[in-house]
Amino acid sequence: MQEIIRQLDEKRSAARLGGGEARIEKQHAKGKLTARERIELFLDPGSFEEWDMFVEHRCTDFGMEQQSTPGDGVVTGYGTVCGRLIFVFSQDFTVFGGSLSAAHAQKICKIMDQAMKVGAPVVGLNDSGGARIQEGVDSLAGYADVFQRNVLASGVVPQISMIMGPCAGGAVYSPSMTDFIFMVKDSSYMFVTGPDVVKTVTHEEVTAEELGGAVTHTSKSGVADLAFENDVEALLMLRRFINFLPASNKDKPPVWPTEDEADRKIPSLDTLVPQDPNKPYDMKELITKMVDDNDFFELQPDYASNIIIGMARMEGSTVGIVANQPMVLAGCLDIDSSKKAGRFVRFCDAFNIPIVTLVDVPGFLPGTTQEYGGIIKHGAKLLYAYAEATVPKVTLITRKAYGGAYDVMASKHLRGDVNLAWPTAEIAVMGPKGAVEIIFRKDIGDEEKITQRTDEYRQKFANPFVAGARGFIDDVIMPNSTRKRICRSLSMLRDKDLENPWRKHGNIPL
Amino acid sequence: MFEKILIANRGEIACRVMKTATKMGIKTVAVYSDADKDAMHVQMADEAVHIGASPSAESYLVMERIIQACKDTGAQAVHPGYGFLSENSAFCEALEKEGIAFIGPATYAINSMGDKITSKLLAEEAGVNVIPGYTDVVKDADQAVEIANGIGYPVMLKASAGGGGKGMRVAWNEAECHDGFERATNEAVSSFGDGRVFIEKFIEEPRHIEIQVMADTHGNIIYLGERECSIQRRHQKVIEEAPSPFLDEETRKAMGEQAVLLAKAVDYRSAGTVEFIVDAKRNFYFLEMNTRLQVEHPVTEYITGQDLVELMIRVANGEELPLKQKDVKLTGWAMEARVYAEDPFRNFLPSIGRLVHYRPPEGKNVRVDTGVYEGGEVSMFYDPMIAKLVTYGKNRKKAISKMQDALDAYYIRGVQHNISFLNALMVHPRFIEGRLTTNFIAEEYPDGFNAEMVPQDDPAKTIVVAATIHRNYLDRAAYISGQLPSLEREVEDEWVVIINGEHHPVTAAPVTGACKVTYAGKSYEVVSDWELGQPLLHCTINGKSACFQVQREGIWLQLFHSGSHTKAMVVTPRAAEMHSYMLEKEAPDLSKYLLSPMPGLLVKLSVEEGEEVKAGAELAVIEAMKMENVLRAEQDAVVSKIKAEAGDSLTVDQVIMEFE
Repeated sequence: MQEIIRQLDEKRSAARLGGGEARIEKQHAKGKLTARERIELFLDPGSFEEWDMFVEHRCTDFGMEQQSTPGDGVVTGYGTVCGRLIFVFSQDFTVFGGSLSAAHAQKICKIMDQAMKVGAPVVGLNDSGGARIQEGVDSLAGYADVFQRNVLASGVVPQISMIMGPCAGGAVYSPSMTDFIFMVKDSSYMFVTGPDVVKTVTHEEVTAEELGGAVTHTSKSGVADLAFENDVEALLMLRRFINFLPASNKDKPPVWPTEDEADRKIPSLDTLVPQDPNKPYDMKELITKMVDDNDFFELQPDYASNIIIGMARMEGSTVGIVANQPMVLAGCLDIDSSKKAGRFVRFCDAFNIPIVTLVDVPGFLPGTTQEYGGIIKHGAKLLYAYAEATVPKVTLITRKAYGGAYDVMASKHLRGDVNLAWPTAEIAVMGPKGAVEIIFRKDIGDEEKITQRTDEYRQKFANPFVAGARGFIDDVIMPNSTRKRICRSLSMLRDKDLENPWRKHGNIPL
Repeated sequence: MFEKILIANRGEIACRVMKTATKMGIKTVAVYSDADKDAMHVQMADEAVHIGASPSAESYLVMERIIQACKDTGAQAVHPGYGFLSENSAFCEALEKEGIAFIGPATYAINSMGDKITSKLLAEEAGVNVIPGYTDVVKDADQAVEIANGIGYPVMLKASAGGGGKGMRVAWNEAECHDGFERATNEAVSSFGDGRVFIEKFIEEPRHIEIQVMADTHGNIIYLGERECSIQRRHQKVIEEAPSPFLDEETRKAMGEQAVLLAKAVDYRSAGTVEFIVDAKRNFYFLEMNTRLQVEHPVTEYITGQDLVELMIRVANGEELPLKQKDVKLTGWAMEARVYAEDPFRNFLPSIGRLVHYRPPEGKNVRVDTGVYEGGEVSMFYDPMIAKLVTYGKNRKKAISKMQDALDAYYIRGVQHNISFLNALMVHPRFIEGRLTTNFIAEEYPDGFNAEMVPQDDPAKTIVVAATIHRNYLDRAAYISGQLPSLEREVEDEWVVIINGEHHPVTAAPVTGACKVTYAGKSYEVVSDWELGQPLLHCTINGKSACFQVQREGIWLQLFHSGSHTKAMVVTPRAAEMHSYMLEKEAPDLSKYLLSPMPGLLVKLSVEEGEEVKAGAELAVIEAMKMENVLRAEQDAVVSKIKAEAGDSLTVDQVIMEFE
């Protein structure tokens, strides 16, 4: 017994030391934390229960049998964030560069399986050089085992990837199938093929940071949802983000007490929409003033900024916010914004998070780039996502709701539960000028007539009444009462029960 | 009494006049331009008349429209406020013709005092001290030099029609005088369409002290004490106070009596201000007379207990002044700070836009004269003054301390503002001593103003408040639903506040109705009813009140207090330890770029690609708020790329050109 305990202690301290002092120091010198430090920071102090500390790889080739570290380059287990259960794995770059072996993958799979059984989120802290090349196909099999579980867990428990180091080749596909990807600036990158291969194949000279750094993926590719300054900020913000999410698809979003009154009036919203219909305004002002404690957790702020997505709370309970941003491209829908919002809507729907949609959309972005890029199918993703969603859907039209884009943005016709409009709302097929030039084509050139027709059209359609008369809008509300009305709507919808017809799965236009 | 008056102005002064009118039971009519459709003065008035397009030359300065508005609404009198038509005798005459009363002086007074040269001659005749100088129009640069030599340097070159600092120039020697004369003339022509320039002795260590006079049409003239307005930035007043910390009773009386003499000489009626320049030996010289209500009149109202607008209206109605000179008593001290929409950290560039958040301070002995509201717009068409913040106290110290607190609670977001600069002034030792001159700002901030110049309040306060906020947040988060029964979140008491890379260990724990924080061996009890998300945290720290503005940005807390801005992060001791491994990231090198410092129109590019430029050379000209701003090279460089062209609308920080 004594001997066993001594061995246990030895193994534990070996595992805790990972790749050894020298490598730990190297990791620190790069401004990065170790796998264990990351978990320590991320979870509530003292809550971490580690599993599989004694797992070692089984590779005997290339002298691997000589070197083995208990834990095999990944720390796994569960703990709590704000007292709520979270499963976590954290790759250890100090052990074989965090490379993925069969045993390493097996550890990850174990906590994923358990997380699905008990219904709790899985958080991956990725810092891995890639496949354990010495293991060959065993390592590839390990990846695939993880991929398979990512897919099965998708929509069952929230999965979040925090990329805190390299993540290249096949390794990128596990994070890519999780619900959210966060990255750390300057110390993480993701790509399918690295700069060297790129140079050989396409002769492009590009740095790892340019090719797949945090800034690239949060502004150019849209692969990642947020970029953080460093490990500490990333992990502490991840705690905040987790606080918005339900534990699983069987759970309601978490609630926390708020002192922010549901009927708080916001007089300054009455002047948010400018008199000139072509003048932009910042939709984020409406969002931050409307939600609990002015606390809006935005996702993908630098990518497809013509649409805003993110989490907030209303009366203490999580809601997903989707909003057109008139400040960017007049808030129109295009390929990127449709994909960005579509995926977010599906996440909310999968996890019972009510969706609040704020609409000021002049239509889809025209042009060859968009058409050749497949806006038809990409735009349909958002349409599909909204139409499919059965969670409470509250929609507010602040200004323009034109054309097909009006239909898309959680309209009544796509089973919007509560559809509200500000007095400044204009719900029509298109803007007055365009409409007149089509309906009264023969009058083109006669300025006076066109102006008169335009005014007529504006009188008739540039208001919420036509849609109101048909019941497509449930009510026209004063901007200052927005918070109160949305809170009430959500409250009414709390026990909404709606199911789509049984099927294996729908066929979203991918 | 009038039943209805029209206020031919906008912004805070229109609102201020309406307040008094309403108090007196008089109905009010506002006029407004396109840009002011939703402005506060329009909402406050009983009626409002649209008088034209946004530029003031097409609205607030168009007499016919204002007179028509009077006729249409039946307004019997017009209060002009300050600026716009307030000192325009043609307007008074036009009103008179229509039988509409002008709430202000008669045309003769306006005309004679409106001209710098005439007013100086009149003042001299009336027995008022004037600055040694040449009161005739100067012919040319050579004559200017000759006159200046006679008076002795330094001299001041001034546009006859000028005001508010425009068209003024100091010359310290012959060359500067020669050059300055030409510039002053040019500026006078372009600004006022009147190129006349005169010269006078330039007073060193000057203070700007002015006397408020009030006259009725029955021959009664009184003076209501003085205001010291020495704190000026580029001849624009920033801080005003009453009384002056410099005057003795004797000087006050002498100045007051001379002011009354001058008012008599021009048969003055209504409110007027005689401006003096006072030197270090309390010699005072007449500067000019403003024949209108001054911006800074509230400080006089505080210490005299009079409502100047009410007196003006009564005088215009032909009533006798309700008080005599012997009834004028000065009680306590009042301080006024002008809150401008301008960025003190970017050389006071004017800022425009939507007031996303706007909450002026409130409370006893705090008065805010404002013309804007949260959700309103600061437009490019008018003066960037947002409000006047006035505080009152038993003595100067109390008034200043009240001002410091009020500034802390003044919450403005959406446009840049000068609150931090005002805050810095209010804690400046020289200001507190009262050693003021009109060069105060130029001397104390010779290279402009930046964040480091804000004297820090006790940094412990900020640390303690950051800890309190964090504890408050965590205690709330600890109530989140869905926690595991045996693993409920228990919030720790030990924390580290990280500011500027420095670690400050604290403990923070809630006690009944407060948060108890210990820091550096001291214990602090913070009592506050602040709630998460609120921008203003009013608290008492060990019984002493303080106000912080709080903003959350990711994991960081932004705290604004007493003019300084602190970025703090509160973490566990273990996290703080780990944070010390994080690398300091270098800020991107911006010296390779010329960035637009403000939103505006790129009027001119002065260089081409490939051109070598010397430090100080003109690179581009941007027009914003009707002002042309020249951007100059900060160092010798070669222009490598030009990224914008003339005529472009620029946003803040947009790259205009790159250097090699």
